[in-house]
Order: sequence, then structure tokens, then C-alpha cells
Amino acid sequence: MDAKKYVIRQISIFSENRPGRLAAIAHALGEEKINILAFSIAEANGFGVVRALVDHPEKAHDKLQSLGFNIAFTEVIAVKMKDQPGGLYEVAKILGDAGINIEYSYAYSGKDGAVLILRVDQIEDAIIRILDSGATLLERSVFH
Amino acid sequence: MFWDKKTETLKPADLKALQLKRLKKTLAQVQHVDFYQKRLAEAGVKASSIKTLDDIRKIPFTKKQDLRDGYPFGFFAVPLKKIVRIHTTSGTTGKPTVVGYTRKDLDTWSDLIARNMTMVGITEEDVFQNMVNYGMFTGGLGFHYGAEKVGMTVIPSATGNTKRQIEMINDFGVTTIHCTPSYAMHLSEVAEEMGTTMDSLKTGIFGAEAWSESTRKTLESRLGVTAYDSYGLSELFGPGVAFECPERDGLHIWHDSYLVEIIDPKTGEQVADGERGEMVVTPLVKEAMPLLRYRTGDVTLIMEDGCICRRGKKIARITGRSDDMLVIRGINVFPSQIEHVLLKIPEVGNQFMVYIDRINHLDEMTVDVEINRDSFSGELADLANLQKKVVKELRDALELRTTVKLVEPGSLPRFEGKAKRVVDRREVV
Repeated sequence: MDAKKYVIRQISIFSENRPGRLAAIAHALGEEKINILAFSIAEANGFGVVRALVDHPEKAHDKLQSLGFNIAFTEVIAVKMKDQPGGLYEVAKILGDAGINIEYSYAYSGKDGAVLILRVDQIEDAIIRILDSGATLLERSVFH
Repeated sequence: MFWDKKTETLKPADLKALQLKRLKKTLAQVQHVDFYQKRLAEAGVKASSIKTLDDIRKIPFTKKQDLRDGYPFGFFAVPLKKIVRIHTTSGTTGKPTVVGYTRKDLDTWSDLIARNMTMVGITEEDVFQNMVNYGMFTGGLGFHYGAEKVGMTVIPSATGNTKRQIEMINDFGVTTIHCTPSYAMHLSEVAEEMGTTMDSLKTGIFGAEAWSESTRKTLESRLGVTAYDSYGLSELFGPGVAFECPERDGLHIWHDSYLVEIIDPKTGEQVADGERGEMVVTPLVKEAMPLLRYRTGDVTLIMEDGCICRRGKKIARITGRSDDMLVIRGINVFPSQIEHVLLKIPEVGNQFMVYIDRINHLDEMTVDVEINRDSFSGELADLANLQKKVVKELRDALELRTTVKLVEPGSLPRFEGKAKRVVDRREVV
């Protein structure tokens, strides 16, 4: 099995916690006609990290870097959930039972159902365990 | 009241004669220090060069950096076995400045503090709570020994646990306190929260940081004390160098022990009485660590008028610094120390900005620092750890808790010429 095809490149952008920073990022991506598929902001003491799945991560990286943003790629996986009560539980239980730790996560609900984006400590192990348990992982090609 | 009336009220001619005698003695004492031997030889100053007090102008200045370069014991004029105590004070970069005392020095120093306390009417009847750091900072042990010499009942409460401090003040009937003015303000607020007053208090001695006349009024009404300004620096023993008398209009500096000059910090030339400049002091009574023309960096002036109390000429309250040293919660901080710390942390840039605020009467320092472009892993947790690391490194170097803000690379101002990296937003004195 090629686990790599399930590894998705998230872009992570360092941002100070002050007005206008998100607008600057979003404007840059819009200019390059880059579509944001999933998105979250994590905040700490005075600063934050903007995390996004985009259709053209390399292009997004280069554009934001050229504007002076501090940006890095992070590997995440995306698990399909049932868009109904108990949907999150099913996925979370698989991971919990498999002893896989979630560092952070965010979700979106699109036309093809709900998707949970996960950053885990052992990504390849996580892919194998999730697939073994019968859940569906979205392939990288779905996003970019 | 006088502790040493004869010395404190010496006539100008007698004082000058004593100063000259002691200056010559100090000049002999510094010959035991390699730095001074070399420095004086270079300047062509011999014992015979100093015939009058004005001849002091032939002697080169000593700067804080010189002391730092002598780390640790380069400025000791006596063997280490004769040194009975060491204190330190923060330097401009990593290493602190070390000061040493012989047994006689400790006696001289505590005697000067006894003069100050007696001058404002404190006696052996008083109960004294010393609410400053008792460690390497000279303020703790310095005042402790001086107060014991006066015969006061001394409570070495040091810092922290404000509620307990207030309980002790009330339970022990404390009449006199010594602390930083910002801590005194905090003390009064905590007492208010506790719903208590500190009725036994009469006298407050406040020093180690600059404070305004409006702070004096506030402290006096909130604490029920008469507030006195205390001045000193570790290089000149510590506290006790100058102190307000009951007139509270300028500080009496002990001219028999400290030869004072006010200079233009740019030219090094002396300025006239009444003109503001940097205070340069030659301590005349130090045994372990004699200094010549020490640049204090403190800006003041010699007041032209005499004082009703008959002691010598006063200096005005310190209005600032001639260098970039900051005093945060009584601790000396140089911006270069911050730079030095940041240079050692590869994940952050070397640009920084420092903001100083007074929040609830306590100084708070915020340091903005850029993260390095290459060190961003994309993980929030790594950034949070980096932030903690910078806080810890700064605390280790400055002995001060700071708030560190990580900012985006390239976002801090770049300076051409002299950098203005410090924004002090505390109330102006």
C-alpha cells in the first residue's frame, strides 16, 4: 500500500495576533486564484498559526513567502466522516482505540460529506490503522 | 538629629582639606590595582600630580565597562582573604559587575546608612522592616547592617508575600519601611484589599528606582508615612550614598566620603553648580575597591543653596541616565544585555524592541522579537516553546521576568545610526 498518497500538505503561516493579518493572507491567495479548501487559526500568547488546505500549496507557499510571511508545510491526513450525529465519534474512536494521538484537528462539511483534518504524531502508522479499521481517508489528489 | 555631627557639618575649608587628604590616600590605594597602575601611568598622573582638589581633572574617568572588563576580581586592591563580602550588579552584557568589601568597608558603609537614617529622625526606638532583595543586591544587607548599627529592631522580611509583610507590620508595630516606591504602592493596595491599615508606620525609605513628587504624595497619604528618597549604587558601596533630610528638597551626598563632580557627558568637562549633567564620583573611603572618577551615568545637579540642616551641598533628585541603562523594578537593565541573550538563540532574529509599562504600580517589560524565517516548523507548540525559551534566557540573564512577544520576520523597525529600541511608557518623573 502506498501510504504517501494519503499525506496531504497543509500550509502553516506564522501570524502576529493583530488586525489585518488574516486579510493580508487571504488577499494574497485570492490574487493567485488559490482556493482554500479547509482552514483554521490556532492562537497562543500574542501570535497564531493560520493553517489551510489549498488547491495549489506550492504556489501559495511561494506567494506568501515573497510577501515576507513565515510559512511552512505540515503533513496532515483527512478522514471522511458521516455528516450526521455520531459521525465524529466513529472516527475519534478508531484513533483512540489505535492509540494514535491527535496533535490538532479541524473539520469541514462539504458537498461530499464531512471531513476531519488531522495532525497526528505517527502519520504512516495512523494511515494504516485508519484504513484497517474500515474508515475512508481522502487522497492527496482530492485536494491538490 | 545627627549620627556624626562633626563630619556631617564640616566647614567648607575643613571639608576640602579632608577630601584632599583622602583623595591622596585613595590614589595610593589604587596602585594595588593593575588597571589603575597602567591607566595612571598612561595619563602621566603621579602622587605628586594631585596638589589640590581641582587636580582631579588630570585623572581619567572609570566607566562601568572598565569594571566589567575586570571581572571578577580585577578591581580589588586587597588580597581576597581581606574581602569579607561580595555583591554584584548587572553589567552591560552577560557578566555582572563584582564589588567587594573589607571588614572596614562594611563598617564604613553601615555608618553612612546610619547617618541617613538618623538624619530623618529614626532611632533605636524604631522597628524597621526591610522589604528588598537580600541576595546579591546591595539594598538588602546594606540597609540591614545600617539599621542594626542605629540599634533599630530589624525585620529582614525581604521581598514577596505581601499579605504576610502587612501582617508583620501590624503584629510587630513596624514604624519604618524600606522598599522600592512601586512595591510600596503595591503594599498599600494589598492592605486596602485586606481591609486593613498600617497605623504604626511613620517613615518610608524608598529607593532603587526613580519616583516622582506625585508618587510621594500618594504614598504618604496611602501609607501614612513621611517618604524619603534614598540614592546609591553598588560601585559606591550600595545605598547610603545620598539621602533626603527632613527638608526633602534634594539629597545630601556625603562629601567627606564621596568626591562629587558633575560633568557634561559628551565633553567630560565639569559644569558649574546648578547645571545639570552626569554625576561622577570618586569614593574617598573605600578600601577593597577604590575607584577614581567613576561615571555613575546618573543625571543630576549640585544645588547652589545651602540647607537649613547645616549639612553639605545637596544634589537634586536623579532625573535620568546619560547612558541607555533602564531601571526595571529596581534592577539595572542595559538593552545590550537583551541583544546578547537574543544572539545566543538561533531561532530568533537580533532585532528587538523593548516596551516598559507600569501596570498596577509595578514595572513590566515586554520584548518583541522576530522569529527567524528558517526556524518556523509550522507548529504552534514549537513557537510556544521558543517563546518560553526566550523568557527563560532573559530571566536568567537579567534576573527579571519579562513578557516576550514573537513577531513576524522583518516586522520590527530597522535603525540607521543610533537605534531606539526602548519605549519607556512609565509615568514621567
